[in-house]
This record gives sequence, C-alpha cells and structure tokens, in this order.
Amino acid sequence: MPTLENTTQEVLTLAEQHFRLAPGSLSPSDDFFKKLGIDSLQTLELLSRLENHFNIELPDYEVQGVSDFKTLAERIQSRL
Amino acid sequence: MLDLTKYSSIGAALKDAVEKFANETCLIESDREREKDRLTYAEFKRRALPLARALQDASFSATDRASIIMTNQSKWLISAYAIFYSGGVLVPLDYKLTPAEQWQLLCHSGAKILITEYPIWRQLSNSPARGNATSLETVLVTEAPPNADLAGAHRWEEFRGSSEPAFIPQERKDVASIVYSSGTGGHPKGCMMTHENYLEQCVALTSLYPFWPGVRYLSILPTNHAIDFMVGFFGPFTCGAAVVHLRTLRPEFVREAFTKYTITYVSLVPLVLKNLQKGLQTKFAELPPGKGKIFDKLVAINRALTKPHPRLWLSRRLLKQVHAAFGGELRAIIVGGAFTEPQTLQFFYDLGIPVANGYGLTEAGTAITVNDLRPFRADSVGKPLPGMEVKIVDPAPDGVGEVYVRSKTVMSGYLNDPELTAETILDGWLRTGDLGKFDAQGHLHLSGRKKNMIVTEEGKNIYPEDIESVFEALPVKEFCVFAANYVWPKRSMVGEQLILVIHLENNQNLTDELKADIANRNSRLLNYKRIHGMVLFNEDFPRTASLKIKRNDLATLLAQLDRDHAILPL
Repeated sequence: MPTLENTTQEVLTLAEQHFRLAPGSLSPSDDFFKKLGIDSLQTLELLSRLENHFNIELPDYEVQGVSDFKTLAERIQSRL
Repeated sequence: MLDLTKYSSIGAALKDAVEKFANETCLIESDREREKDRLTYAEFKRRALPLARALQDASFSATDRASIIMTNQSKWLISAYAIFYSGGVLVPLDYKLTPAEQWQLLCHSGAKILITEYPIWRQLSNSPARGNATSLETVLVTEAPPNADLAGAHRWEEFRGSSEPAFIPQERKDVASIVYSSGTGGHPKGCMMTHENYLEQCVALTSLYPFWPGVRYLSILPTNHAIDFMVGFFGPFTCGAAVVHLRTLRPEFVREAFTKYTITYVSLVPLVLKNLQKGLQTKFAELPPGKGKIFDKLVAINRALTKPHPRLWLSRRLLKQVHAAFGGELRAIIVGGAFTEPQTLQFFYDLGIPVANGYGLTEAGTAITVNDLRPFRADSVGKPLPGMEVKIVDPAPDGVGEVYVRSKTVMSGYLNDPELTAETILDGWLRTGDLGKFDAQGHLHLSGRKKNMIVTEEGKNIYPEDIESVFEALPVKEFCVFAANYVWPKRSMVGEQLILVIHLENNQNLTDELKADIANRNSRLLNYKRIHGMVLFNEDFPRTASLKIKRNDLATLLAQLDRDHAILPL
C-alpha cells in the first residue's frame, strides 16, 4: 500500500493536471477553494478523477467540509 | 392530481395520494451505475407505516418535532411521511452544516426525534455540542455498518412497529414544519410553516408546472430546502409522479441520470446551471465549422418559433441531439435559491429548454413569482403566482422599492422570536428585504437588497452575524462583518461579497501578522461563507446601552467612505 506521503503527492499531481497548473505549484496544506478559485462543483469533478485514478469510491459525505489537499489525501488513504 | 383545497394537512393529502396512486412508480434511488431501490406508492406506504407506528410507540405525538438531517434519498421522504402521518412537526436541517451548527438548530427547534444517516451521526455524536440537546429523546440512523457503534441511536431499518399506526389529523393553521432560513450564529431563524402554506403553494405552482403519473423529477437540491421539499416531494406525490434520487452528485452521474431515467423536471441552483451552460458552450464550440453554422441556424429558428411560448415537440425535433443528451423528455429546469443571470436563462430557452425562473424566500413558502413562459422573459423573475399579492413599498423615482408579499403561503412567524416576527410581518405583509419593481406587463424585476446579507450562486443565504464568531478575539479593538452591498447599496443581485470592518487599537498597525491571522480564520469558514475584503475604520463603533453594535448606524458611517478605496484585499 502506498504511504500517505505518496498518496498526497499523487493527489497534488492529479489536481495540477486537472486544473492545468505547473507541476509543483500546489502543496498539501493548500486550501483548494482559495488557491484554485474553484467552486464546490469543480471540486466534485476533481474527486471523480481521483476516484478513477485510485480505483476507489469516495462517497460524497466523506469529503464534506474538506478543503485542503492533505485532508483529502487522508480520506483517500483510508479507503485504499 | 388531488384536489388540495379539500385537505387540511400535508399528512392527510399524502395519505390519500399513496392510496390513489398505489401502482404508480413513486421513488427511484440510484447510486452511481447501480439502481438501489424502486418503489411504487403502495410499497412506499408499506415502508412508512411501520416507522410511523414505531415513532408513536416511542411516545411521539401530535405537534412533537422530529428533525431529518439526510442527503437526498428515499428514506428522507419515507421518514417525513411517517412524521406527518403521526401529526408531528418536521424540522428539516441542512446536512452540509457543521455538527455544532446542527446541534444548535436541533436545540433551538426542540426536536424530540432525530432521523439521520450514519456518517452524519458519527460526526454529530462526537461533537462536544451534543450535550446541549436536552429535548432529543430518540435518534434513528440509516445505513449503519453491521458492527458500528451507534452512540445511543437506533437503526432506522429496524425501528418498526408491528400494528397499524394511528393517523393523527392536523388543521390548516397548525405548524407543519420549522425551516431554518439562516441563523447558525446565535440568531436562528426558524420559519414556522403551516400546512396551509404548503397546500396553497402546491396548488399555485402545479397550475404552472404540472406533475402527473409518469413524470420523473430529478431531486438534486437538498430536500431540506423549500424548493425541493415542494417540487421533489409534496408536489409530485400529490400528483402521482416519481422522484429520482442520486446518492452521488458527481456531474457525470447527474448527466447520466437524465437519459437513464428520462427526466421530466429538475431543480438546480444558478451555479450548477451556469456550469451546465459552460459545458454545452464548449461542446458547441468544438463542432466542425460547417456543422457549427447549421447548429447556430437551428438555434435561431427555434428561438424565432418559440418566442410566443415554448413548443417542446418542435424544439426536440430541431435540436435533437441537445434534447437527447437531456433524456428527450425534459420539460423545464426549475432554477432557484439565488438570482440567475438573464443570459443563462436565454441560452437554455434558445435551445428549447425552458428554465422556470422565479423568486422566493423560505418565509413566503417556496416561490412568490415564477416565469409563466407566455412569453418567456429572461430579464425578469416573472409574475406573482396565483394567490400572491405583491407590492413595492417606498419606491424611489425609478420605481424601485422594497418588495412586500401577502398570501396564504407566508409563514406564521419565526420560532421563539416574536420580536423578529413583528419586524418581518407587518399587518399580514411580509417584508422581503429585497428591492425591485414591476414593469408594465406585471413582471417583477429584482435589483438589490435592503437587508444585510448575501445570497451565493449556490443558493446559500449568508448573514454576517452568523460568521462573526470565527473572528472572535481577533486582536483588534473591535470588528464587524457586513454585506458590501448593504453598506454601499448597489443595484445588483450577483457577485455579492462580505467585508470585515476593523477598528484597530490606538497605535496599532495592520501588520502582516494580523493579516495572516484574518486570512487563517477566514479559511476556517466554508468557502461560500468567506469574507472578500476588509475595511479599516478609525472611530469607535456606535453601540447600544447593552454594548451591542448598532449595525445600521455603523453602516451609515461606513457609507461615507469611498467603496473602491475603502475595501482592502485580504
């Protein structure tokens, strides 16, 4: 099983690809609403991409209130 | 449809509906690709009555309050049916609130029963605020894993009585539900909605947007919200229509649901509608030049032919692929919760998809005005619904004034707050706090707000008082949060923002450290509740004898500052 650090890094890389950002421009503690200027709907789109990548199902309630990449990675890690 | 004028309560109407439409499809519940459940009205009744019995066995009786905190799903409606059947008062709460906020509203409402989902209960039961809910006696939890610690709750699925429950009748003027329009920061605004409010609103709305057996409504807006409660529960049920619930609201599954279940109606907030528009525009732009030109011509033809009123059969033929993507049966998208920009409404209407745009607030039932599509108008929020009296009070020379409403759909008042009720309902007229005017055709045009609040594109009402707690003990002399458009009135319903007004101590400077503290606190708020800028104010805030900030007086003082220069970015 990948470590939390690996998962976090993968989440960041996928988010950078999804929102067409330069590699390395996001960090774990970044608040994605603030940093990316996105709304909750765009977050859902990112979640679908993450689900496909990690081959998991992330129920909507698991990500309720999550706004930073680190916590998001933790939620994913707990389902790997 | 049932003749709702003959009924005295939601419970009585629903009771007859499940009999009358026994063999019609009532609910479909889907989770990603899997269809989890499909119920007829008869099956719905078979699931709801044992729950009603068990509630009554747990000494839940007439006028007792029961809260539901759930995502949109069949058990939400089954539970609500059981509550109304037992003569109870429903307290629907937003599942997106924080546990502390949910506990606060549970306490305020005096709910005796709570019906919720396991993941929500996990958070609620771990919250330190739990101890405050002294009136809560029974908690029912759906879908709990087999060995889960239920922290004192019962499993919803096992909470069933074996004998026939008693049907407890209610009167039209009795309170049917307590709906919180806001107020998680110390001033809960629990709108007491009567049975009459819902019965009258349902008659008015279905006269313009009818339901019948075979209609399928896709329920996406939270059911605790007035719109989905009406058009995703009470409305379709009293007409024998079906409600489709999705357990995952990811855009791709929502898109799929339109075709999979040939959806007839859906309600969306403006943000989602705009997103849908962007997606379609991108697809249209990708068409090869030849096809693109043909498509544009077809849209122009459709626009011309549907000018007087919608012609769905024609639009579906002209723009076949667009309509096929929406399932081919879509009659209208209902949009609500916040102001929708006219160009978005026009975009969909030009494609032959009418958007039922309207205006309403929880306090007035579901909707006050709705576009009747005869003809379609993107520039207004429509005409008052049947039974609605709407007037403009103290109009300025341009005709714009505060919108007042009087109708049988207006709430009976705010729970435990006679003062606020007296300020809000004057001689039977509800002061909406919104500004607008009527045109010569009787259409209402909204142009701003008189009240200190904002409504986001996601349909969230945000009151400054509710978010101030996050800035508590900020190391400054004093602070206050305002809606920028309240301080500097602006004729706009979009792009509303909150600002933090700060009065620094003598000799204190706005240091980077203080700025970081503010930004850090702000980020603790949910994204749509955040402040967008701050204003430095160098005088003491006007206060009452009990030292409360006189917000109106402070706003008047702030208004003397130049808005563009005064608001500093975070």
